[in-house]
Amino acid sequence: MPSRRFRRPAAALFCTLLCTIALIADAAPQPVPDTLTQRLLACATCHARVDARGNPVNDSFYPRIGGKPAGYLYHQLRNFQDGRRHYPVMTYLTEHLPDAYLREIAAHFAAQAPTVLPPTLVNLSPAQRERGRQLVHEGDRGRGIPACIACHGARLTGVQPAIPGLLGLPRDYINAQFGAWRNGVRRAHAPDCMGQVAARLSPDDVAAVSGWLAAQPMPADPRPADAVARPLPLLCGSAP
Amino acid sequence: MMKTVRIVLLAVVIIVGLAIALAWPRADVVPASSPAAWASTPANIARGAYLARAGDCVACHTARGGVAYAGGRALDTPFGRFYGPNLTPDRDTGIGAWSADDFWNALHNGIAPGGRLLYPAFPYTNYTKVTRADADALFAYFRSLPPQRQANRPHDIRFPYDQQALLAGWRLLYFRPAEYAAQPARSASWNRGAYLVDGLGHCSACHSTRNSLGAADGALAGGMIPTLGWYAPSLTANHEAGLGDWRDADIVALLGTGISPRGAATGPMAEVVARSLQYLTPDDLGAMAGYLKSLAATPVSAQPTQALLPAAEQVLAEGGRIYGAQCAACHGDDGKGRMPAYPPLAGNRAVTMTPAVNAIRMTVNGGFPPGTRGNPRPYGMPPFGHELDDAQVAAVLTWIRASWGNAGAPVTATEVNRYRAVSLD
Repeated sequence: MPSRRFRRPAAALFCTLLCTIALIADAAPQPVPDTLTQRLLACATCHARVDARGNPVNDSFYPRIGGKPAGYLYHQLRNFQDGRRHYPVMTYLTEHLPDAYLREIAAHFAAQAPTVLPPTLVNLSPAQRERGRQLVHEGDRGRGIPACIACHGARLTGVQPAIPGLLGLPRDYINAQFGAWRNGVRRAHAPDCMGQVAARLSPDDVAAVSGWLAAQPMPADPRPADAVARPLPLLCGSAP
Repeated sequence: MMKTVRIVLLAVVIIVGLAIALAWPRADVVPASSPAAWASTPANIARGAYLARAGDCVACHTARGGVAYAGGRALDTPFGRFYGPNLTPDRDTGIGAWSADDFWNALHNGIAPGGRLLYPAFPYTNYTKVTRADADALFAYFRSLPPQRQANRPHDIRFPYDQQALLAGWRLLYFRPAEYAAQPARSASWNRGAYLVDGLGHCSACHSTRNSLGAADGALAGGMIPTLGWYAPSLTANHEAGLGDWRDADIVALLGTGISPRGAATGPMAEVVARSLQYLTPDDLGAMAGYLKSLAATPVSAQPTQALLPAAEQVLAEGGRIYGAQCAACHGDDGKGRMPAYPPLAGNRAVTMTPAVNAIRMTVNGGFPPGTRGNPRPYGMPPFGHELDDAQVAAVLTWIRASWGNAGAPVTATEVNRYRAVSLD
């Protein structure tokens, strides 16, 4: 039986050993987290950019994707992959990802809380502002243009599972999408309802709508609505 | 005097004519063993489907977002733009009216029904090695696809490359139809690997240098992929992608899943893994690995021992700073990476080889390894093209290529700028 005198050095030795093991364990590389957040860091540098103070950046090229309906995000990933949308980096990134993974990616970002972004100051004439409001809330029956709210929800926050919200988007981004629809470089599954809407809007109408939308504050609850009145005013291949 | 000239001229014409007649790449006809070889049986179709995967036929014969094998993908070359034709059995626009012999004649001899010579953008210089039995199984498979009515787009080839006579001359110089001849001194597995790599796999289509007439030397010694702007590394030189010092299991993992402890498949190779190699059996991948390893005989001294200019201290300091801020979180301060998510950069030849184009593309455009059955949810690398300017990308790559024992030449901002844009077809 060891004496008391021996016990202390033994305990100290034991402690040292433990600490050394702990240190070695600490120095060993941590396993990479098996999470979608970690796997999808490639998306964050553009779509979740923050400025030097940590505030979200609302970039005209890289829209925020957190909290958008999963069906919408999935369709966009497929549209880039299949060449219906043209943005080479997105096509390149999604090109060899299996469908099941794309669905997971869409669900992952859809489950995030939408970022509440401040409205943009837009210089519109009163007439333009009224035209924008009118198109968004009432549409233009004479030219077969449905109101935005008829599909995108009364609060314009989008509708589950596949219709995106329209608030919190930079005006340049909205303009660019209408331009892309008109030029056929942003397409969706047929019938391509937004392609039809874009073809019926004049350039002045597009400017009025994008200006009006970008100037609206996002509601306190920016999540997409659960449902919208059916049938939709236009048939949409991506939102049946 | 005139008479002598005439006789000499006549002699020259006769000799040239004879040489052409002797060397002319004749259609090499091997008959099918029996009509059962291409009969539409489940066994033939399944075997043909597997071989079509091995040949990655779907890649060129499918447009982005289009119906599989209905054709339409553009293949840009220095000679013009080729469009993969419709391989589905539609009678008017596909191969529905073809016989098994027609199919063989195209695959093996590079000749379409009616005698038109095919352009070697269709790699029949490799496919000629495919056996008649395998060609028949492929035919059975393509005949089993749902016919898709989709007219072929005519190729857009510059003069004079659009002249069939010129193509005949090209074939005279660079094409000889011949099935793969097994080397009895080698094992069955080695021969299987050679058959797949040099035949259906058509690896040399990218991993070889092409001469000014577009002929690949077939030596798998690496080369820039013309117009695509990626470098397909040498499969024989160990300082590039030569596999001499790779474990077989790591090669099989890279080919079959897109990732390995040594690195990941990126760029055009990601496509090859995603559409073709991931579907091959472990035995076939092992055979290919064994064959490729046996090629890795090019001595390391073959590496051009150019004097590496020591990168300016300032550039290295800037590169190290960028690495710490942008790269170290995943690839580690030690450059060892954290596989299977993040490949090592220390000792990774994709990072250190010359030209640096692939490393530039990875940094600027990021990317995911291919999603495969063995790695269905790959970890991605963010694009840094919008975060770092040309000089910064050059600095961080120069630093990486000079750290942890790496010895790659410095990268310039001019090089980065040249490869900044994503190359899609």
